Amino acid sequence: MKTHQYPVDLTDEQIEEFGNELEAIRNEVFDSRGDRDRAYILKVIKTQRTMAVSARFIIYLSLFFIPAWGHALAAWPVMLTILGLGVFMLGIAKILENMEIAHNVLHAQWDWMKDPEIQSNTWEWDTMSPSDRWMHSHNVVHHTWTNVLEKDLDVGYGIMRVTPMQKWKPAFLLQPIYFILLMLLFEEGVAVHEQAIDDHLKGKNKLKDFTPLLKRIGYKVWRQVAKDYIAWPLAAALVAIPISFYVPFSPLLVFGIVAGANAVANLIRNIWAFTIIFCGHFPAGAHNFTLEQVEGETRGRWYLRQMLGSCNIEGGKLFHILSGNLSHQIEHHLFPDMCSNRYQEVAPRVRALADRYGIPYNSASLFRQFGTTWLNNLRLAFPGGGEPYEPRREQASQS
Amino acid sequence: MRQPAQPEPGASPSIWSRLSTITDYFAWPLRTSHYLELVNPLWTTHKLQARVVKVWDETKDARTLTLRPGLNWRGHRAGQHVRVGIPANGKHYTRTYTISSPPEREDDCFTITVKAIDKGTISHHIVRNIKVGDYLPIGLPQGDFYLPDAQPIQPLFITAGSGITPAFSMVNSLIAQGRLPDTHHIHYAPHEFDVVLGKELKAMDRYNDRYHLHLIYSREGDDPSRNRFSAAQLDALCPDWKERDVYACGPPSLLEAIEQCMEDAGCIRRLHVERFRAPFTEVPADAVGGRVRFAQSDVETDGDSDTPLLKAAEEAGMNPPHGCRMGICHTCNTTLVSGCVRDLRTGEVLNEAGSIVQTCICAAAGDCELDL
Repeated sequence: MKTHQYPVDLTDEQIEEFGNELEAIRNEVFDSRGDRDRAYILKVIKTQRTMAVSARFIIYLSLFFIPAWGHALAAWPVMLTILGLGVFMLGIAKILENMEIAHNVLHAQWDWMKDPEIQSNTWEWDTMSPSDRWMHSHNVVHHTWTNVLEKDLDVGYGIMRVTPMQKWKPAFLLQPIYFILLMLLFEEGVAVHEQAIDDHLKGKNKLKDFTPLLKRIGYKVWRQVAKDYIAWPLAAALVAIPISFYVPFSPLLVFGIVAGANAVANLIRNIWAFTIIFCGHFPAGAHNFTLEQVEGETRGRWYLRQMLGSCNIEGGKLFHILSGNLSHQIEHHLFPDMCSNRYQEVAPRVRALADRYGIPYNSASLFRQFGTTWLNNLRLAFPGGGEPYEPRREQASQS
Repeated sequence: MRQPAQPEPGASPSIWSRLSTITDYFAWPLRTSHYLELVNPLWTTHKLQARVVKVWDETKDARTLTLRPGLNWRGHRAGQHVRVGIPANGKHYTRTYTISSPPEREDDCFTITVKAIDKGTISHHIVRNIKVGDYLPIGLPQGDFYLPDAQPIQPLFITAGSGITPAFSMVNSLIAQGRLPDTHHIHYAPHEFDVVLGKELKAMDRYNDRYHLHLIYSREGDDPSRNRFSAAQLDALCPDWKERDVYACGPPSLLEAIEQCMEDAGCIRRLHVERFRAPFTEVPADAVGGRVRFAQSDVETDGDSDTPLLKAAEEAGMNPPHGCRMGICHTCNTTLVSGCVRDLRTGEVLNEAGSIVQTCICAAAGDCELDL
């Protein structure tokens, strides 16, 4: 019997069977977690911390190659090469921290170890969004209501039209600009990505209704700014003051170089995180859903919706780690609390399962996924672009 | 990790903590200590760790680990115990062990002596798998089972099996301080070569006139039942036991017998007992739900074996934190205070106090208490 309104040719019973098969995969992997997985996350954390602190000191090291020192190697090309290496390493360290470590720890993927140091409810991450706020808007809202219009804030993040089902309005004409701006300021964007703030912009609540929330975000933003744009640059500048009596170079410029280097590292992380994350639900072929479709949703149907709404990116092992294994977005959405190093091994099983049930499994190269995301963004800035909300609903209820 | 630790009220912050307040601005959202850990795990302040510097087999199933604690360690009193974090099969377990070395030890290390007990996965893991060079998270010394500092007492130690450890630490401490009073020690072990720390005990007996050791091999002789603890045995080995302060550590059956004996003799006040309570609850074979207690809210209700604890709490008029209601977001995570719950998805039973429970997909399996 078919009473559901999902765009697949399966009966209700078949969808439940599909769900049970996924559940079996989940239980099998969860039962086999052990020393190997613990060793993996400990190694990633250690590598990340070593890399971050080394990168900071390589940035400092580059300051000793400013031409004003006058020694044989003191030249801008040498200085910039070392600085570039430091910035690159810091960027990678921040990517690893945000994506492969914190995102997954905050999903409670490592809570099973019961290690008091690696727990979702105590972990804080290297970004402006306070981790507990993010856990709410991400784990609860986005992962429960994935791709459901009017429920999932991540459908266009309140500023973009990512599916023709969203009604067009003139403000969307600017969305290619928002696209670029959000890419560059992704960290800040995530920090203010809150239902309360979204409602406020629509005039649904007063500022004082959520002042405590703003204070919490404000404290986190301050500590992030204090680290990257005050503490590390200031320490360098303070050392540069006495040196400036012998080496003609302004301590202010030293401050600027270190602050600038940190800013570029943050920018690298922003662009990379944005690219990977936008490939998760917005490439061509990803489905969106109406509230009506998901009413009274069973676990089997929830699994189906996660699979239809998520997209994978293909790549090598290092690529998967640097993307926080969000390149396995489908597996991540099916099993959000499975430890990330296991996604790679369950992906072929999930793919084969999808194939058996004739369910689309959206997996392609980064070029294809990001390319179609970007083209979609351009197209949907203008009216039309596909079947709008209303007709689809009627069509679904007729079948 | 979220907020920097507050110094204890009344204590003025040390130079190190003042300095680390500044350096923490560089390390945010971590602490300076997380980066010091990369250089030497013993320098951390966000957690205390110890390095395993020596392992030594006491008997075929008991092993002594010598541990070098991190900088934040404070000395113990002889007889106290310490919590030790053990990673086994990827999971972190916490167990409590008595420190078997005296505080007077000169190399700043301490020892724990662990006996692999039947069905004890973790004790087996410690005895067989922990190697020299491993780092183990530890707690600070705790417990009130120690000798008074100044009171002149004459102790009688009654110990069995690995319950020897606090007594061993206490006697050694008194010897090291040169103030060992007249001491009797009755120790029970199955056979001669099963005595944990047996060689050391015999050496102590030989070189200290005031230390009187009575080793009883409970599974030897024609009639092993005669070797069990009894008032008559006590009279024979230590006639003045009623005038002594008794320090006892061993299995529950022995402790009960001693308590009964001291009660009958009217000198229960002189008895000091150390118990090791297992952190596990027996899983009821017919686990069909039970009484559910929410400790913080002081609410008690009935929970059957299929109703998620979250729903039970809501039906009892509470509004605990929750999110997806399907076990994926972990907003509802809480701690198991005692008792036993079952994960409705996998059927896995959680019965270790301190386990994290997702209330939206766990149901009662017998009586349980949650930190909600």
